[in-house]
Amino acid sequence: MNVTPPPSLDVRGLAYAYPDGHQALFGVDLTVGRGERVALLGPNGAGKTTLVLHLNGILAGGVGSVSVAGLPVGRENLAEIRRRVGIVFQDPDDQLFMPSVREDVAFGPASAGMRGPELEAQVMAALDRVGMAGFADRPPHHLSFGQRRRVAVATVLAMEPEILVLDEPSSNLDPASRRELADILRALDVTVLMVTHDLPYALELCPRSVILSDGVVVADGSTQELLGDDDLMRAHRLELPFGFDPRSVTIGA
Amino acid sequence: MHVPDGFINTPVSVAAGVVAAGAVAVSLRGARRELGGSPAELPGADRTAPLAGLVAAFVFAVQMLNFPVAAGTSGHLLGGALAAILVGPFTGVLCIAVVLLMQGILFADGGLTALGVNITVMGVVTVLVAYGLFRGLVKILPRTRRSVTAASFVAALVSVPAAAAAFTLLYEVGGLTEVPIGSVLTAMVGVHVLIGIGEAVITMLTVGAVIAVRPDLVYGARGLSAPLKLRVGGELVDAPAAAGPAPAAARSPRRLWLGGLVTSLVLAGFVSFYASADPDGLEKVAADNGIDRTVEEHAAADSPLADYGVKDVSDARLSGGLAGVIGVGATVALGSGVFYVVRRRRSEDAGPESVQGSV
Amino acid sequence: MGAGHAHKLYRHGHSPVHRLPAHCKLLAVLGFVLVVVSTPREAVWAFGLYAVLLGTVAAVARIPAGFLLKRLLIEIPFVAFALLMPFVVPGEQTEVLGISLSVPGLWGAWNILAKGTLGVAASVILASTTELRSLLLGLQRLRLPSLLVQIASFMIRYGDVIADEMRRMSIARRSRGFEARGVRHWGVLAKSAGALFIRSYERGERVHLAMVSRGYTGTMPVLHDVRATRAQWSYAAALPVTALAVCLLGWTL
Repeated sequence: MNVTPPPSLDVRGLAYAYPDGHQALFGVDLTVGRGERVALLGPNGAGKTTLVLHLNGILAGGVGSVSVAGLPVGRENLAEIRRRVGIVFQDPDDQLFMPSVREDVAFGPASAGMRGPELEAQVMAALDRVGMAGFADRPPHHLSFGQRRRVAVATVLAMEPEILVLDEPSSNLDPASRRELADILRALDVTVLMVTHDLPYALELCPRSVILSDGVVVADGSTQELLGDDDLMRAHRLELPFGFDPRSVTIGA
Repeated sequence: MHVPDGFINTPVSVAAGVVAAGAVAVSLRGARRELGGSPAELPGADRTAPLAGLVAAFVFAVQMLNFPVAAGTSGHLLGGALAAILVGPFTGVLCIAVVLLMQGILFADGGLTALGVNITVMGVVTVLVAYGLFRGLVKILPRTRRSVTAASFVAALVSVPAAAAAFTLLYEVGGLTEVPIGSVLTAMVGVHVLIGIGEAVITMLTVGAVIAVRPDLVYGARGLSAPLKLRVGGELVDAPAAAGPAPAAARSPRRLWLGGLVTSLVLAGFVSFYASADPDGLEKVAADNGIDRTVEEHAAADSPLADYGVKDVSDARLSGGLAGVIGVGATVALGSGVFYVVRRRRSEDAGPESVQGSV
Repeated sequence: MGAGHAHKLYRHGHSPVHRLPAHCKLLAVLGFVLVVVSTPREAVWAFGLYAVLLGTVAAVARIPAGFLLKRLLIEIPFVAFALLMPFVVPGEQTEVLGISLSVPGLWGAWNILAKGTLGVAASVILASTTELRSLLLGLQRLRLPSLLVQIASFMIRYGDVIADEMRRMSIARRSRGFEARGVRHWGVLAKSAGALFIRSYERGERVHLAMVSRGYTGTMPVLHDVRATRAQWSYAAALPVTALAVCLLGWTL
C-alpha cells in the first residue's frame, strides 16, 4: 500500500454539447491532487458551470472522462460519486430545501442510508465545522445570507466529500461573512475546487488557479503568477479590483 | 369557491374524495412525464417533487397578487387554467390539489370533508376543461404565439363557469337542501362567466409574458417552439403532451371536436332537462340575485390572504337567456375536455415512453 | 404564511393538545368533522354538544376565544349563502315577524351554518396547535403518497421565498412610479406574474440539481418518525368518539 493515492479529481479530454447543440466544453484536462485548493477562474460563458455539473455526473454523455479519487464518474457508481463530490451551489436558498437546518444537513448522509445517533453526530459535527451548531432547529429562511451560505457548506461537509466544489462562494457576502467563510474553508481538511470571479478571494484561499476560457483550460499555475500576468488576464476578461496588486500580497500569512 | 363542511352530504363528499384521490394518483404518474423526470436516464433524475412544489408555491403566491378592477376593488387569479397551460394538466391538477390541501389544513379554508369536492371542482374540472380546450384550439389555429395566447384566453374563460357548473351539479346530487337547480345553475354560470373574463385576461397576459421570454417553459405550447426537434423522436409528435402516433395526431382535431360535440350534446340535454324544471317568476329572480351576491364573495375569499372586497359584480345581472347560452357553451367545453382526456389516455397507453432531455 | 416552522394560524404553546402527534390530531379532526357532517340536522341539541366539545378542546389548548372567532370569518361567503336559503327554497312557508320564510330553507341554512362553523372551528384548532412541519410529517405518517408530501413541503419551504420575490417586484414597480389602478395596468402585473413563474420554475430546476447532488433518488429520507403511544391515541380519540356517541344519540332520539 505504498502507492501514491489517486488524485482527488482527474478530468481528461472532456468535451460536451448541450442537447440544443450549443457546445460548452472543448476538451478540458484538469488534475487536482488530494488536499489541494484550486480556484477555477474564467469569464462568463467559459463553461465553468458545465464543468462543475460533470464532476458529479449531473451532465454526462460527451467525450472524455472524469474520475474522482480513482473512481470513474458513470452511471454504475453515481451514488458513491455524489457522496464524494460535494457541490455548494451559488444560491443557498436553492441548496437548503428542507424545512430546518438539521434536516437539510442530514439529507445527504440520510440519502446514503445513515440513521439514528450516527446521523445526528455527523450532522452536528458538520454544523460545528462551519460554526452553525447553535442553529440546528432553525428554518433556513430565518438565517442571514452569510449563515445560509455556511449551512450550505455544512450540508455538503456532512457527506464527508473527497472534494468540495464551491460555486461563487463569496458572492453577496458582506466583508465580515466573507472573511468568516474564508477562515472556515482554510481550516477544512478536504480538496477544494472553487469557481469564482472574486480574484482576491482566489488569491487568499487557493495557491493554485486554473483559467477556463471558451471551453478549454488556457492557464494553470500559481494563483499569484496568473493574476500578475496582465496580458493573460486581459485576454480572458479577468479584471482585478481597482488598486489591487497581487504581487504585493504575501501569501500564507 | 372553497366549499366548507356540511354543504354537500357525506356520500357525495366521499365519492368526490374518491374521484379526487384517483385524479391525484393519475396526476402523480403523469406529472413525472410532464416535468421531464426519467428514472431510466439517470437514477434520481426525478424532478417532479421540486418542480411541482415550486409551481404550487407560485400558484399560491400568484393568488395573492391583486389585480385592481375599478374604484378600489380588486380581484385575483384562481390559477387552475394558468397552471394547466404552463406546466401541463397532470402537474396542474397536482399543484392545485396541494394548494387546496394546504389551505384546508393551515387556513381552515375549505372543509376537510369537502376537500374531495374542492379538488374535483377547482382542480380536476378546471384543469381538464382549460387544458382540453387549449390543446384543441392550439391544434386547429395557425401555429403562432398569438394563437397560443388566444387559446389561453378562451380556455381560462370557459374553465371558470365550467367549474361553477360542476359544483352546481354536485350540489344537485349531494346538496343537503333542495334548491331550484335550474336557477342556481344559471346564476352560478352567469356570474362565473364574469369572473372568468377577468381570469381569462390575466391568464392570457401571463402566458403571453412567459412565452415572450421562455417559450420552452410553456408546456401547452412546446409544439410551437421546436417543431424540428419533435420529429427526431419519430412518432412522438408533441411529446409528451399528446404522445400518440403522428398520423393519428394529424387527424385528431376533427375527431376530437366531433367527439366533443357529441359528448356535449348529451350533457347539454341532461342540463336542459333540469333547466326545464326551472321554477319561474319571482323565485328565480331572487335566486339569481341572491346567489350572485354569494358567489361573487366566494371569488374574493379564495385566497386566505385576500381582502373580501370584490364588490362590483353584484350590480351586474345577466339575463337568463344569455346565461343559458353560456351554460351550453361551458357544457360543450366540458364535453370536449372529457372526450379529449379519454382519447388521450387511450393513445398514451398505446404509445411508447416519452423522450426527454435531462437537466 | 409564515416561514418554515411557523404559519399564520399556529400559536406556540405547550398544552396537551400541542403535544399530541400530528397524525393523531389530523385523524381526530377528520373523524370529528365526518361525524358532525353525518348528524341529522334536526338534532339541534347535538350540535350544541359538539360546540361544547370543541370549546373544551380549545380551552385545554389555551386558544383564546377571540382568536378562534376571528378565524371563523373565513366562512362568511357561505353564511351569506345560508342566509338566502329561507327566501329562495321552495316548500312549506312559515311566518316569522311578518316575513314569509321557507321551512326547508331554514333547515338548510341551519344545516350549513352549524356544520360549516364546527368544521372550520375544528380545523382552526388543529392548525393553531400543530407546527407546519409536524403537519407534513403527520400527513406522511397517514400514508399520503410521499411524492405529494414532498410537493407540499417544497411549496411551504419556497412559498415565502416566492412571495418575497413578488414583493420585491412590486417595490421595484412602485419605485419607478408605477401604481396599478385599473384594468389598463393588468398587462404590467401579468408580466410580473409571468416573470415570477419563470423564476419559480428555474429555481425548481436548481433545487433539483442541489438535491441530486446530495444523493436524492426520488424518496425523502424519513428522519423523525413520530410514533404515537396508545395513551396518545386514546387521548386524541376522545373528541371524535364522544362526538360519535352524540351523533348516534342524534339518530336514535
